[in-house]
Amino acid sequence: MPDAASGTPPVIHIEAATKVYEMGKNKVRALRGVDLQVERGEMIAVMGASGSGKSTLMNILGCLDTPTSGSYHLDGIRVDGLTRNELAQLRNEKLGFVFQGFNLLSRTSALDNVELPLLYDHSGRKRDTKALAAEALQRVGLGDRMDHHPSELSGGQQQRVAIARALVTQPSLLLADEPTGNLDSRTSVEVMALFQELNDQGITILLVTHEHYISRYARREVEVRDGRIIRDEPVRDRHVAKVDLSGIPDQDPVAAT
Amino acid sequence: MRKSVLVKVAVQSILKNKMRSLLTMLGIVIGVGAVIVMVAVGQGAQSRIEQQIQNLGTNMIVITPGSSQQGGVSHGAGTFNRLTLADAEKLKREGGQLSGVTPVIFTRAQAIGGQGNWRTIINGVATDWQTIRDWPLKSGTFFSETDVRSMRKVAVLGSTVANNLFLGADPVGQQVQLRGVPFSVIGVLETKGQTASGTDQDDVIIIPYTTAQSRLSGSPRIWQILAATYSPTDIPTAQQEMKALLRESHRLGADDEDDFTIRNQTELAEAASGTTQVMSYLLAAIASISLLVGGIGIMNIMLVSVTERTREIGIRMAIGARGSDVLTQFLVESVVMSLLGGIIGLLVGFAGAAILGKVTGWSTATPPEAVAIAVVFSAAVGIFFGFYPARKAASLNPIQALRYE
Ligand SMILES: Nc1ncnc2c1ncn2[C@@H]1O[C@H](COP(=O)(O)OP(=O)(O)OP(=O)(O)O)[C@@H](O)[C@H]1O
Ligand SMILES: [Mg+2]
Repeated sequence: MPDAASGTPPVIHIEAATKVYEMGKNKVRALRGVDLQVERGEMIAVMGASGSGKSTLMNILGCLDTPTSGSYHLDGIRVDGLTRNELAQLRNEKLGFVFQGFNLLSRTSALDNVELPLLYDHSGRKRDTKALAAEALQRVGLGDRMDHHPSELSGGQQQRVAIARALVTQPSLLLADEPTGNLDSRTSVEVMALFQELNDQGITILLVTHEHYISRYARREVEVRDGRIIRDEPVRDRHVAKVDLSGIPDQDPVAAT
Repeated sequence: MRKSVLVKVAVQSILKNKMRSLLTMLGIVIGVGAVIVMVAVGQGAQSRIEQQIQNLGTNMIVITPGSSQQGGVSHGAGTFNRLTLADAEKLKREGGQLSGVTPVIFTRAQAIGGQGNWRTIINGVATDWQTIRDWPLKSGTFFSETDVRSMRKVAVLGSTVANNLFLGADPVGQQVQLRGVPFSVIGVLETKGQTASGTDQDDVIIIPYTTAQSRLSGSPRIWQILAATYSPTDIPTAQQEMKALLRESHRLGADDEDDFTIRNQTELAEAASGTTQVMSYLLAAIASISLLVGGIGIMNIMLVSVTERTREIGIRMAIGARGSDVLTQFLVESVVMSLLGGIIGLLVGFAGAAILGKVTGWSTATPPEAVAIAVVFSAAVGIFFGFYPARKAASLNPIQALRYE
């Protein structure tokens, strides 16, 4: 679906997407017709009450699941109807995931965690995966923690490792489902500062959050209710996380960074 | 995913649970160990059979009285021993395939001569005996047809007897008394050594069968007939021929069973190695049961591992692992585990074969193929029993796997 003006398709183009979970006789309509278009370089926050369908939408956008009906184009590629292997390849090449619970492999060093997506690359190109992983860790400010295992890192640091892992393949889209849900407020702002920095470098980010003070760091805000998008508007009083950080006292110097 | 990475991941995950992995491998260790011991015993028996054939003399055939079938023994009064000199003479005369025939009369006797006194076995035989057994002389000569016909009191000593009576001096020309009858020693046999079952073949005195019959045994009974063919390929037809000749001379009807047994050297050697055969079957049974149990153990642990690592599988899938990547990862893990067990089993098997050889006195041979056997068996077990758990891991739904606590 190329944009006639720029010649590049939108990163996300989803139309009339529904998702119905069949639980025996019960049908749960988690999505009831979602339309959303996200252009390259955007940073968009998805808000909504618990059970409104945010994670369901994220799973579909993340090619972990396919919509029951409707169409989804990622970077101009039609996703609905692809096979399991094709979806896996798309996740590997086009997407980076950041989860609420970090989801790092324990007993595996930060460097090896970040290298992992490169090892599942099926394109056959030869790359120095260790060097790329080290570069990604440097980018999130963890150049000196490469050999540390997740248990030896603070929550904020673990989330940075997860972000480095999401970045290492240079994806078209970075998806984050409540990335600050397990972090204290100062660390949350630090992670948002990193997201803003990456976004300024041109990376497209879509994140799900419950918190208003988190969504203020995005450029655009979308609200989901009962499986529909009921609000979609630019963030008017956009905050800069770096600036906010200087105002928050550094309560726990060990946990932070 | 790269092969080196796959193996590294597998080894890491095996090392994570060292004790568990070790216990899981135990079945494979025992199984492969048993396979190796089995091969070693089998190979040892095989090489012993070959060695024994060499030892018995070339192309030798042995006829013993009595049926080889158990039921045929109590056939009548004469059945128990129906080999006579006449049989041996008939075979010698009419056996066209045979290069030599000799009757054998066994007796035990005390031999007195030189410095000593020695109880040994006396073999009364014909001149053909030496060529049939293919047994050269160390000194002196073998007795002649004339010696046999004239019932001369001449003796050829086995080297053990010679050493015990004459303490290293050459006995040729000396006298030996057997049951009070003086014999003159005309030759000494080369040393042949022990048989596989530990009998000293050199503890023997060879005399003409005619002399043995008249002076020592006093009966027409003979214990064995030995014969030889010109070439090994003649053995089957020669056996047929001998059978026909003996049935004729024993006047057996068409329905009567043979009252004698004809065996060639291979059959004899195989009969002697019967015990190791039983041992091989036993080891084969242990090996297959252990490999089966070991395989089930691996399958069980891999299923546990898949469940424990559901979340890890979800993470890997989210970042782009395909089903086949996950399948390979778990398959490599189970194969690495069983291969490790196989290698340990190989060492255990080598040690076991060496110990078994020491304890039982059997010759065991561990051939280089044993390594290949261990690798193939353990890898096969790993693939076969690892496949189902790996398939299960590969078919997980990534979303549910990620949500798994
Ligand atoms: N696998 C599933 N099977 C059945 N129903 C499901 C499944 N996943 C989600 N649902 C239902 O779909 C609806 C939307 O769920 P979803 O997880 O998308 O909400 P959410 O907005 O992410 O909520 P939260 O903020 O609590 O994470 C809910 O009613 C939920 O019970
Ligand atoms: Mg959710």
